[in-house]
This record gives sequence, C-alpha cells and structure tokens, in this order.
Amino acid sequence: MIFDWGYVWDIAPRLAEGLVVTLQATVLGMAVALTLGLVLALARRSRYRLVGWPTSALVEFVRSTPLLVQIYFLFYILPDAGLRLSPLATGVLALGLHYAAYCSEVYRAGLESVPKGQWEAAVALNLSRWRTMKDIIIPQAIPPVVPALGNYLVAMFKDTPLLSAITVLEVLQAAKLVGSETFRYVEPLTLVGVLFLVLSLLSATAIRWVEGRVRMEG
Amino acid sequence: MDAIIRVRNLHKAYGKLAVLSGVDLDVPPGETVSVIGPSGSGKSTLLRLLMTLERPDAGTLEIEGESPWTMTHQGQSVAADERHLRRVRGKVGMVFQHFNLFPHMSALANVIEAPVHVLGLSRAEAKSRALEYLAMVGLEDKTEAYPAHLSGGQKQRVAIARALAMQPKIMLFDEITSALDPELVGGILELLRALAARRTMTMVVVTHHMAFAETCSDRVLFFDRGIILEQGAPGDIFRAPRHERTRRFVESILETVR
Repeated sequence: MIFDWGYVWDIAPRLAEGLVVTLQATVLGMAVALTLGLVLALARRSRYRLVGWPTSALVEFVRSTPLLVQIYFLFYILPDAGLRLSPLATGVLALGLHYAAYCSEVYRAGLESVPKGQWEAAVALNLSRWRTMKDIIIPQAIPPVVPALGNYLVAMFKDTPLLSAITVLEVLQAAKLVGSETFRYVEPLTLVGVLFLVLSLLSATAIRWVEGRVRMEG
Repeated sequence: MDAIIRVRNLHKAYGKLAVLSGVDLDVPPGETVSVIGPSGSGKSTLLRLLMTLERPDAGTLEIEGESPWTMTHQGQSVAADERHLRRVRGKVGMVFQHFNLFPHMSALANVIEAPVHVLGLSRAEAKSRALEYLAMVGLEDKTEAYPAHLSGGQKQRVAIARALAMQPKIMLFDEITSALDPELVGGILELLRALAARRTMTMVVVTHHMAFAETCSDRVLFFDRGIILEQGAPGDIFRAPRHERTRRFVESILETVR
C-alpha cells in the first residue's frame, strides 16, 4: 500500500468542498440543538402538564431511537407531509432535534443547580416568571454546563457523516465519490479521518476558551 | 385602624410535620413586630407565607384586606390569577437569612433589576433610586462590586437596599443577622433600628436579638410549637411573661448573651 501525496493534493479541493458542508451542518445543527434544547428543558418544567408531559415523552423518544433512523424518517416522511426541504436542511433538522433532546437534559441539570434561594429572592422582588428565568435563573444555569454542551457539539460534528445516507455531499460522501472514481480509498478516507481529528481538537480548545470566558463573567 | 396584615387560623404542614397550627395575627400599618421563639416553632414559616413563597394549607391571610391566593370574580371567590397574586405580593418585601443576592450581578444591578422590570422605572430613575438606598445602607463605594467580593455584612446591606428599593408597604426580615460574623451583627441591627424608627413601613422581624426586640418593636410575638403562645408589649413579654415557656425561653436567651 502506497500513500500517494500527489493524489492527496489532487483530491483536496473536492474534500474541502465536502468539509464546508460538514461544517455547515454542524454549526446550523448546533444552533438548532442549543436553542431548541433550552426550549425543551423549559417546557419540561412547565407547570402545565399538557406541556410538560408531551415534552418529556418527545425527549425520551428522541434519545431512545437511533439518529440514523431519525434522519431517514425525516428524509422520507417530511415530503409526504408536504414539507420539501433540501437534504442538507433535513439533515440539520434531524441533527438539531436529536441533539436538542440531549442538550435539554444538560440544561435541566443546570437549571436544577441554581439554589432555591435565588427563586425565592425573585419572588420576594415580585419578578415575573419570564423575567426570573431570563435574568436570574438562566444566566446562572448555563455557565456550569458549557463543557457538557461542548461535548455534544463535538459529538454532533462526528455524527455528520450519517447525513451521507440521505445524499448530503458532506466530507465522507465526497471521499467515497472520489474513491469510487479512482478505486483508491486510502488517501481520501485517511484525509477525512485527519480532518475530523484536527477539527475535534480545535473545537475542544475553543470550548475550553468559552468556558473560561463564562466563568470569568460569573 | 385597619390591620395591614390579617391572619386567621393559619395552618401549614410539611408532610406530616405541622409547622403552623392555627396562627391569628393583626398588624396595624407602621407597626414593628418582633417574632421570637425556639427554632422550628414556625416563625420563618409565617414569614414565608406572608411573602407568598408558599401557600397556606388552611386559614386566611390578608394583606390590606386581600388574600393573595383568592380573588373575587363576578361576586364569587375564585383562585387568584398571576396578576392578582403579583399585585398583592408587590406590597410585601423580604430580606433573607442567607441574603440570596444574584451572584452574576453587581450590587447596583441587584438593586436595579426589580424597579426596572417590575415597577417600570427607567434605568436612570432606578439607578438614582438604587444609589440612594445603597448610600443609606452605607455602601455608596461598593456599587460596582459583585457579591463574591463583599463581606457577609455588606451582602446583607445590599439585600436590604434591594428590598427597600421596591418601596414595599410591609417588610419581612427573616433572621437577617444569623449568618453573619458576630462583629458584623451590630451594624445590621443598627440599620434595622433606623428603619423601624422611620415608621414608613410595617415591619415583621424574626430575630434572636432580644435587645432589638425589646427596644425597637411595638409588639413581640412569642412562637411556640406552631402557635403564637404569647404576645404583647416588649416590656410585658420580657419582664412579666404570663407563660412559663415564654419565661424560660427569654431567660435562656438572656443567659447566653451574658
């Protein structure tokens, strides 16, 4: 087995295009997961059982079924339901929903870690529920869970190749296409592995930086 | 004069543990009432119910003639909505034993938060009001400090300024010196004394400081096992208690002080 560096340089631009799609899916998926996750965490705490209970059921369902099944499900079912999205948009939705369920559990732990006295002070000052959440509880609940949320960001990044199953031309799919044209798989797949490694390490560093920032502000 | 706080046959239990078992109380506006008694006798629970942190199990509690938990709708008494609850709650403020400052906000931001978002003051108005109260509690030079950088006494001063800035008609103080180092207690009591002397608010003070209760309050309530066993003018409670348990409690506290 010979590793051909010239070949690596030839295919690099095509893999780079795939990588852009991978990063798009990660960033957009995480944006969905972080916001929807917080919404789910708050909805689960709702005093209205008609909100809280179905949310809990949804979170448990999403967490207990494989991401790949969810991706296929959305890809084949959404168009039947009249919602036509591009494969990438469908993939972002699936990743976002899946990781929102996990993030909601993380947020929940953060919300529960805020001392009872903070809620009581908010009541004594007559703050509304919404204001209490926004100004008092959430700003204290999030900094401690930044590392856990960051882990899910990296995990989601590593799950993006699953989108190749629904024809999203992300980096792994790009590598497979390159390989199938030349019957040389060593270089493209190695490159994919190296790219994931480098980017995972980079994002872990970035998360530590963010963590330091939120700690300082707190 | 009509009572600003009116409590009738108030009951509260946590699980099987009855904490309040039939409390009656009338407090006229402007009065300072000290609440004394052994720990676990229900003093703090009464304050928590007055602050609407919790609901009574039975009995009635009225602030200026209105229950926070029920309202009149088309001539009928119904469960209160959020709006009614908050309107009644807004007449009451509270200072806690453990301060409960918002740790992610500066002293000034702690004091400004509720006047801006509850009373609807502009930031500028709220800031000048906050600075006024922070100066009153002696913290004009600590307005930008975060709670983590303040001493216990300073934290409690911020908490007092924060509660005062809402200008409630009724102010509840729940053992506000109990978590402080001994050398910081005097200053806080002095502040409390000055507030009581102004007579602008009705004050209910749960305290272990008999000297404060004796010299600063119009009335002293002695709580025992979930009821107000005895109440009266400070002189009567401390020098001529009618109940044996009151006498023993007062004596035991005075002994530990001496």
